[in-house]
Amino acid sequence: MFSFCADPDALGTFRWFSCYLTNGVHMSFYLSFVKVLVLLAVTAPVALSFGFAGAMAARSHVFPVSWLGKGYIAIVRGVPDIAFFLFFVIALDQGFEWMRHQILCPDWDAPIRQGNDFLVCSNAKLPLGSAPQWVHQTYSFFLAVITFSIVFGAFAANVLYGGMRAVPHAQLETAEAYGMSRRQTFWRVLVPQMWVYALPGLSNLWLVLIKATPLLFLLGIEDIVYWARELGGTKTSRFTDYPHPDWRMWYFLFLLVFYLGFTRVSEIVLEKLMVRLSHGQATTGGEALRKQVTA
Amino acid sequence: MKNCIQTIQDYGLRSIGIGERRLPTSDFTLCEQFTLIGSGMMWNIYFGIMALVTGFLLATALAVGKSSKNRYIRKPAQWFIFLFRGSPLFIQFFFAYFLFLSLKKTNPMFDAFTSAWLGALIVLFLNTAAYSGEIFYGALRSIPKGDVEAADAYGLSGWARFRRVIWPTMLRLAWPAYTNEAIFLFQATTLVFFSAFPAWRQEGDALYYASYFADKTFNPFIPYPILAFYFILFTLFIVWMFGRINTRLNRHLPQAQKKKLRLRLNLAR
Repeated sequence: MFSFCADPDALGTFRWFSCYLTNGVHMSFYLSFVKVLVLLAVTAPVALSFGFAGAMAARSHVFPVSWLGKGYIAIVRGVPDIAFFLFFVIALDQGFEWMRHQILCPDWDAPIRQGNDFLVCSNAKLPLGSAPQWVHQTYSFFLAVITFSIVFGAFAANVLYGGMRAVPHAQLETAEAYGMSRRQTFWRVLVPQMWVYALPGLSNLWLVLIKATPLLFLLGIEDIVYWARELGGTKTSRFTDYPHPDWRMWYFLFLLVFYLGFTRVSEIVLEKLMVRLSHGQATTGGEALRKQVTA
Repeated sequence: MKNCIQTIQDYGLRSIGIGERRLPTSDFTLCEQFTLIGSGMMWNIYFGIMALVTGFLLATALAVGKSSKNRYIRKPAQWFIFLFRGSPLFIQFFFAYFLFLSLKKTNPMFDAFTSAWLGALIVLFLNTAAYSGEIFYGALRSIPKGDVEAADAYGLSGWARFRRVIWPTMLRLAWPAYTNEAIFLFQATTLVFFSAFPAWRQEGDALYYASYFADKTFNPFIPYPILAFYFILFTLFIVWMFGRINTRLNRHLPQAQKKKLRLRLNLAR
């Protein structure tokens, strides 16, 4: 990166570190932080919409639909989330390939599961065997996003379902008295009001989602955990210009600090958001705000 | 059927190193998968119960510390809770493992800490202490003022007041949330062998064996549902157990006020 980095052996401590921390592999390490942020930015809205759909389904008056919604909420509860992560990554991949196989190769007659193998025709492979490296990486990242969304969608559905039930019933009766249909009541009265009840749960969920991002490592993504392990390991002068002993502890300490900072910032922002949403609401938070103004 | 009994004898205690040394490598039967994953559950139960019991004591201390008026007691408790609640357990496992690894180089006393049974247990202990500490702290703050005043009126103070009035009330108020924490702690134990801690001689937990089968057969639709079955079973057991304790904690209340433990699982981690 810097011009003086040509011969690392001759450098002082400070300059050595400035060269070491800006070399090529470290750039990949920093890029993996971006991956985490992208994952969060994509997963959060998708999971929220999954959750909204789940909560709507659970409220439905049609029994199969409400069972589906309640089942979706319930199933993710009793089972560890990493089990779901490990399961969905393979299951989704095989599901996609199976569907493509049915469409693209209708005259294939060999069974797909042969003993310990899962074989689809080469056209149905995802991504195609000939695809460049970045397509493979994007595809596995895409699978990870869907997996995260399904699991956290169930949590969000639980929170939103609770929020919908917390809206005072009188509000809904009033809407009915005004002659609104069920659909109108839902969209015009229930949905605008439920957010303030759901927000504590949702902000908790956001913090949980942040803390779940290192699990990307288990899904085979080259994320921050992968690079911290990789870069921290002992390096001898035979393989690199920057030999160092086992520093993995320090790399993980850095990750720990990163997550602590991220959590703290999120907490502060969410607290502000809660204050804003509580304005004029008939909740204890809203009442406290009113008193502040009048006092 | 006969084969299955043989399999259970071979692999039933495999996860703690008793029985057949070699794991099955091909043509897995359903029985083998059930037995090995079930055998791995022993690790999850071990971690869960040990961390919960030891963590309970520290959690009480942390809750009292966090509500202390003395800032030299309050601040460390606050920081401890923030440190363990604000960072991912997965990263905590990694950090602790590499920390123990480098401590081991300076002092062979730390040898045992790099193996899962002790090292991971310590992390889980500290982690659950922080989470339950926060729950207990919340409960401490919502103890009805009248209860404490009544204790004062009876001439109870200091340790006696804490032991006989404040602590039982705190537990009673915190119990539903604490049940939730116990369930999530139990689920979090599956992370141990997926972070840095090595599964020595392939003696791992339930998820370790489930993913072993899924990797070998490339078929996730059998081992993971088996794992889910075991976990749901054990979750129900925890709910039942904590429900019993809840009834006991609330036994003095008039019948109408007695609330059954209504389980509304909230994600607390």
